[in-house]
Amino acid sequence: MSGAINPTQPVLDIVDLSISLPASADRALAVERASLAVLPGQTLCVVGESGSGKSMIANAVMGLLPRPHVAPVAGRILFEGTDLLTLTEAQMRELRGRRIGMVFQEPMTALNPVMRIGEQIGEVFDAHMTVPAAEKRRRILAALADVGLPDPELTIDSYPFRLSGGQRQRVMIACALVLEPVLLICDEPTTALDVTTQAQILKLMRELQQRRGTAVLFITHDFGVVSEIADHVVVMQTGQLVEAGSARDVLDAPQHPYTRKLIDAIPDGQARRATPTDEVVRVLQVQDLCKTYRSGNGLFKRGRSVQAAKDISFELKRGETLGLVGESGSGKSSVGRCLVGLAPFDSGRILFKGRHLSQGAAFRREAAGKIQMVFQDPYASLNPRHKVGSAIADGPIVQGVSKSEAMARALELLKLVGLGADAAQRYPHEFSGGQRQRIAIARALAMQPELLVADEPVSALDVSVQAQVLELFAQVREQFQLAMVFITHDLRVAGQMCDHIAVMQRGEVVEYGETHQVLGNPQHAYTRKLIAAVPRLTQQTQHLTMAVA
Amino acid sequence: MTKSPFWRRFTRNKGALAGIVVLAIVVVVALLGPWIATNDPWGMVQQPFLRPWTEPGFALGTDTLGRDILSGMIYGARISLLIGAVSTVVALLIGITLGAVAGYFGGLIDSALMRFTEIFQAVPSFALAIVLVAIFQPSVGSIVTAIAIVSWPPVARLVRSEFLTLRQRDFVQAALLAGQSTPRIILTQILPNAMSPIIVMASLMVATAILLESSLSFLGLGDPNQMSWGYMVGSARTVLRQAWWMALFPGLAIVLTVLALNLVGEGLSDGLNTRLDGRTK
Repeated sequence: MSGAINPTQPVLDIVDLSISLPASADRALAVERASLAVLPGQTLCVVGESGSGKSMIANAVMGLLPRPHVAPVAGRILFEGTDLLTLTEAQMRELRGRRIGMVFQEPMTALNPVMRIGEQIGEVFDAHMTVPAAEKRRRILAALADVGLPDPELTIDSYPFRLSGGQRQRVMIACALVLEPVLLICDEPTTALDVTTQAQILKLMRELQQRRGTAVLFITHDFGVVSEIADHVVVMQTGQLVEAGSARDVLDAPQHPYTRKLIDAIPDGQARRATPTDEVVRVLQVQDLCKTYRSGNGLFKRGRSVQAAKDISFELKRGETLGLVGESGSGKSSVGRCLVGLAPFDSGRILFKGRHLSQGAAFRREAAGKIQMVFQDPYASLNPRHKVGSAIADGPIVQGVSKSEAMARALELLKLVGLGADAAQRYPHEFSGGQRQRIAIARALAMQPELLVADEPVSALDVSVQAQVLELFAQVREQFQLAMVFITHDLRVAGQMCDHIAVMQRGEVVEYGETHQVLGNPQHAYTRKLIAAVPRLTQQTQHLTMAVA
Repeated sequence: MTKSPFWRRFTRNKGALAGIVVLAIVVVVALLGPWIATNDPWGMVQQPFLRPWTEPGFALGTDTLGRDILSGMIYGARISLLIGAVSTVVALLIGITLGAVAGYFGGLIDSALMRFTEIFQAVPSFALAIVLVAIFQPSVGSIVTAIAIVSWPPVARLVRSEFLTLRQRDFVQAALLAGQSTPRIILTQILPNAMSPIIVMASLMVATAILLESSLSFLGLGDPNQMSWGYMVGSARTVLRQAWWMALFPGLAIVLTVLALNLVGEGLSDGLNTRLDGRTK
């Protein structure tokens, strides 16, 4: 199909591309005079915070922009010498899938839940060529084996819900690569995955690229990922390219202040040393906590049961932070929900300030709002119909604080978390993700809690925003002498935030100890695997390898 | 602040604008009825079978007994809107209460309430309405009750499904942690977020209620003291071939009002759909 590939001739060459935004948006152009080139067999990373316009470039190449509100207004997108912006929809359709493949961010929603894996990949063949059924099946099986899925024969006939997030992302990659495109576009393909899966997917993509010489346009906000995979990097800020260069140059000697800010925002993985305290007040004691989920218990079939927590024990003094670390599905969120009384547990004891707490609604009554939680998704954790001020003041009012006092406290807390007092009169949708997470923290603090459980509070945020929110957590912990349980899948974050770390795998704590010991001298194989999976900049690799050695 | 995007989306739907104009006219006519109507709708004021536009003061002619059709339609608008609105409010009260309780508590309570709802859904609603009106004697009260009783189950279903998903949201969990009481969570946290689909459904229910009332009156089960559109169509059906106007004008009134309500409902659904604005509902 394609002729001899000239290695210096870029597969994709974007020249002075500008993309317009609708009139109501905060700026006129989503992307302003952006130029970049992807060479065959190389990976170009486009890095930036959310809203910087990096996904717009990917969608413009694929012709997936929501026209006419968002449309390319200037420039050219040259793909193998043809300007994609001049092609008709029919011609674009011919290119998509065959010559250009795309992998999306959210593997859980990118597959059709009622179609078998094989049929979904088969659709790519049906769209572009006629292949005999047997030949098609053979090629799909080969594609599935190629992306490292176990038992391709079994996977081809299963439905998406049987696969984990990482496996689904492998299927998506198989789907994008099955017709051997010359260009693969990846829009944050690993952002929704946990660290170990992310490391596997990145490794897979590197291997596939080396084997096939595919050019890759990789979009991400994480410089850790960039250092793992990129040959070249362009950095975007509010629609403009602020820096471009080879990965080494950009990472080692960033020129633009914005690039430096993004690189500095990466948690450095430095283990925090527990400051020895003479604090004796034990805020939380957990003894032999067990929780099992049972599902699908029907009349005719036996239910499936998953043990989410098995004999979990730990304790927490005032001002201390415990990190619960593990992959998704390790049970860390279930433990968190048991701790705040949102989920019942099967056996074990939870003691709050020495008092045994019973289950369910009684648990929450006994805790009297002194145990609070900060949730993962800042978009779901605030009621869209409540003004920010009343969202914060509601809790104290219920606990008997007078309305004016609760409101005054809310304003004070809004200032404390770095939002002006005028934020109280606005609705949540007017705030960004990071700002909403600040509001959620203020809401938790309004109850004057003694224990704060934070369930992946920064994993939905951009790296630079993440750094600011973590700083806020550290600040309020000092100020209010909070005991905190910090649930995260990111060891870099845990290392920075926590005094102690408990590593969880399949409902069990496999390693528990002081942070610098767990990270510096991991005893359990699973902990070592987690540490190895963390994407990091090269200097830090050296630092950590030294620590491990 | 929040009004303006709603109006922008609502007015983008031209059908909804037309619907709201028609509806406004019907409402004004209904409110000012006694002052606009020139005759008593039941009074025999002219010769029977008077064609439209032949006699001044009787623009739409008279019926088989010499009653003024225009006055009848004006009074009919009052009764149609009254029954449509009141029965919808009653149905919403029943449906929202049961649906909210079922969706919030789930489990056994949910199963019990939903089986109860299915009893009503299993019986053909119009047949049930006829039976109820026939048992309780036709009157405005019994008609409203009958219509409300047959139209609440879809509301309960809708509210239940909204509650099932909304109660899993983190902001509800946060309210639980703050120690808010169950009624407070249902009323201030969840219900406001479920209002959009309920409002849309309510506007369509008013239309259905008007149709039901007309059908009941058509069968002679209307309130005998109230002139209604359905009754007028029903009493004209025997002379349809001689006097087309007696059935046509009240029939048109029903069609236009119901159509207007449906268009407005569609416009509301566009206007209240903020999902396009982002991930917030």
